[in-house]
Amino acid sequence: MESIKDKVAIVGMGCTAFGEHWDKDAVDLIVEACYEAFEDAGVSQKDIQAAWLGYVNSDIAMTGIILAGALQLDYIPVTHVENACGTGAEAVRGAAMALAAKAYDLVIAVGFEKMKDAGFGGIPQAFPGKWHPVYGAAPEIGGGVGRYALAATKYFATYGLTPEEGKLMLAKVSVKSHENGARNPKAALRNRITVEQVLNAPIIAWPLGLFDCCGINDGASAAVMCRTEDARHFRPNGDYITIKASGIVCGPGWGKERPDYDFVHWEETERCAKQVYEMAGIKNPRKELNVIEVHDCFSIAEVIAVESLGLCPKGGAKKDIDAGAWEQNGEMPVNISGGLKAFGHPAGASGGREIYEFYKQFQHKVEEPSRQLKGDIKLGLAHNQGGHPGNFVCGITIVGEPPAGK
Amino acid sequence: MIGITSYGAYVPIYRLSRKDIGFMWGKGAGSGERSVANADEDSLTMGVEATLDCLRGMDRSIVDGLYFATVSPPYIEKQSASIIRAAADLREDIPTMDISHSLRGFTCGLRAALDAVRAGSARNVMVVASDSRLAAPNSTFEADFGDGAAAVLIGDTNVIATIEGSYHLSSEFIDVWRKPGDRYMQVWEDRFIREEGYLKILPQAVKGLYKKLNLDPRAITRAAFYGPDARTHAAMARAMKLDPKTQVQEPMFGVLGNTGTALAPMILVAALEQAKPGDTILLATYGDGADAYLLKVTEAIAGIQGKRRGIKKHLDSKLMLPNYGKYVQIRDLMEWEKGTIPSRRSSLPVIWRDRELVWKLYGQKCKSCGNIQLPKHRVCMYCRAKDNFEPIRISDKTGTLFTYSMDERAQEIVLPKVFSVVDLDGGGRFYSVMTDRDTAKIHVGMKVEMTFRIQLEGSELHNYFWRVRPIRC
Repeated sequence: MESIKDKVAIVGMGCTAFGEHWDKDAVDLIVEACYEAFEDAGVSQKDIQAAWLGYVNSDIAMTGIILAGALQLDYIPVTHVENACGTGAEAVRGAAMALAAKAYDLVIAVGFEKMKDAGFGGIPQAFPGKWHPVYGAAPEIGGGVGRYALAATKYFATYGLTPEEGKLMLAKVSVKSHENGARNPKAALRNRITVEQVLNAPIIAWPLGLFDCCGINDGASAAVMCRTEDARHFRPNGDYITIKASGIVCGPGWGKERPDYDFVHWEETERCAKQVYEMAGIKNPRKELNVIEVHDCFSIAEVIAVESLGLCPKGGAKKDIDAGAWEQNGEMPVNISGGLKAFGHPAGASGGREIYEFYKQFQHKVEEPSRQLKGDIKLGLAHNQGGHPGNFVCGITIVGEPPAGK
Repeated sequence: MIGITSYGAYVPIYRLSRKDIGFMWGKGAGSGERSVANADEDSLTMGVEATLDCLRGMDRSIVDGLYFATVSPPYIEKQSASIIRAAADLREDIPTMDISHSLRGFTCGLRAALDAVRAGSARNVMVVASDSRLAAPNSTFEADFGDGAAAVLIGDTNVIATIEGSYHLSSEFIDVWRKPGDRYMQVWEDRFIREEGYLKILPQAVKGLYKKLNLDPRAITRAAFYGPDARTHAAMARAMKLDPKTQVQEPMFGVLGNTGTALAPMILVAALEQAKPGDTILLATYGDGADAYLLKVTEAIAGIQGKRRGIKKHLDSKLMLPNYGKYVQIRDLMEWEKGTIPSRRSSLPVIWRDRELVWKLYGQKCKSCGNIQLPKHRVCMYCRAKDNFEPIRISDKTGTLFTYSMDERAQEIVLPKVFSVVDLDGGGRFYSVMTDRDTAKIHVGMKVEMTFRIQLEGSELHNYFWRVRPIRC
């Protein structure tokens, strides 16, 4: 078994602003993200040999045809992938594997979601098994917030935090994400918030309040990809990135039914991290990774994801957060983009959007200069997960500078 | 010797103060409080509660039949007794029957049960009565009514109260009625009903019993009988030559309300909870006539007393509804804002396939590694053994709350919806919703038990499933 490390490069990327695009449909979002990526790579759709398209909400589209139609692709294969909120990572992974297999030379990985036509603030689609009277409909078993809140309650209890202490810790995470998002022109929520605002906000699912939750919105992201040896053909000055590792883990899904599941770690994330660190040859992720985007659909999700990625000890998040370690100028910037929390979360687009953040950071092309990370940035980790505590699919992509001499 | 071998009862946790009803309508609505079924309860779920209370600590497989009496069935066409039978995990090779249309239904079932045991076609028959009658807002019934259920097991061994005799009176008298499609009952002038109905018909049946059994009314230790309200109830006692102060079992109008079909049997259970061997108890129901029974309490009563939640423990365990609006909400008395959340659906083939889970709350125990798991799997989630499980009943287990959340935006009538991860005593974990809870008192580590409830409506069905609640009493 070979590692995918450095076999595949991303040579062009695009990403729409995330938000409530009342005036744009799925095709508009796809066209915007893909044309930005084409222009960035200096290619056109005629050059693309195969595509991977990720989206979750089957109320909007089915199959890969929507991409072929939007871009007028020339009868090429379009593979529709869906792995809940890990969908974006899955699209990139599918494209990377096909390139590594030398089945194609130039492909595109696209993720999009059009969620705001549903008339409802949560995830609009009914859930798998929706005919089941008990385990089907999300309202019955809990939507995302009710389910992640189970982890927050247990996190507080496990580490001896009073609800006030726990909520304060989580509030600081959201304040940090908004501080980053406020300086990101493509972010959905561009307002700074205070700890007091977070703590006084309405409860959505105790113990999580309004500002502990990310917004659900519309957006698309796209990556033009080729094998690393061909990358200079598109970017002669070498400002492309390579995939260091790409992993997906589907948990068996019954964590919430097993008494040995503790609700304070993400097993799927731990297992996936092990895979990707091995692929990328990472021994000490906290030291080696320069920038991290984690799946922070809720504040508690960021806390537990960082711990489960082995970036800080279990139960050690509070110390990190109090020290500002995850802030832009901290030891280990987490969600410098604003994260799902502030940048937004159109499910299928998020995985590609996280990589887009790294791509711009590595190129020193971040739109708002104050958000540009200083110094030598070599490695970034993008983490996404779909499902609920005890029942996740996790996707992780590690990208970085091309190897020396390439 | 044939008679009652066990009893059980159920009173929903919520109570509404009559002061709050009076305040709402700007009038006097009497004193005390009435019981109110929670939004996830109906006559069927309360019937399950009473049945399981009656069978507490007993072998459920001995039950040879279940008769369910109610005038507020969840379905007009579709039997409730068969669902109660399934939820209570009774044998499926037994007759089940709904007795509806009359407040006298409980004693109709009692008569059928006694006859079955006497004839030898059954040894133990469960008779359950339950009602949650919806009263029109601002009607007299609104303050008078209450919700509740009672159950008795009829058999011929370990009888705690023998049936000494009965008298039956069928009458075409009409007082209260409800046509198909009517939401609320209609009623004739109260003076007519009181004078010609309550004060004559039930006393007439009781007097018939006195005569048939050659009984001096003074020999009755306690009388448990239906009445519409406290004042009429007392007048009925006098019409039967009973002393309301010493001979009448307290009818609980001030703490419970008129629970319809379930009222007389609930009063009977309250009487049995305090009875002594040798006591003589009169039971009388009313509605389209009247039935009167004489019971004699035996020494075996000691084996049941204190081992049921019955009436007293259920009455003592309560949560007050904070205001009339909450009552309107949980009893669905208004037209509401339409939600934008997609409505849920349900599928009868799925419910049928998963009936062991949905109705009976069965999980499975792996015969290879011993771990308990639900819902069912083909491959053990611990040791990966395939198809090597034995079924295990979860509905009678208690557990400890491992973690929880309180969702303010879930589809649920009484928000927040309390999602609960429960570690079951004896093994296994149950992910569920907590009902009948005081949100201020929920904490990780609290003890909970299972209760059969309506999950949510979907596909025009009542979707029943098990929830958890703080251990009630």
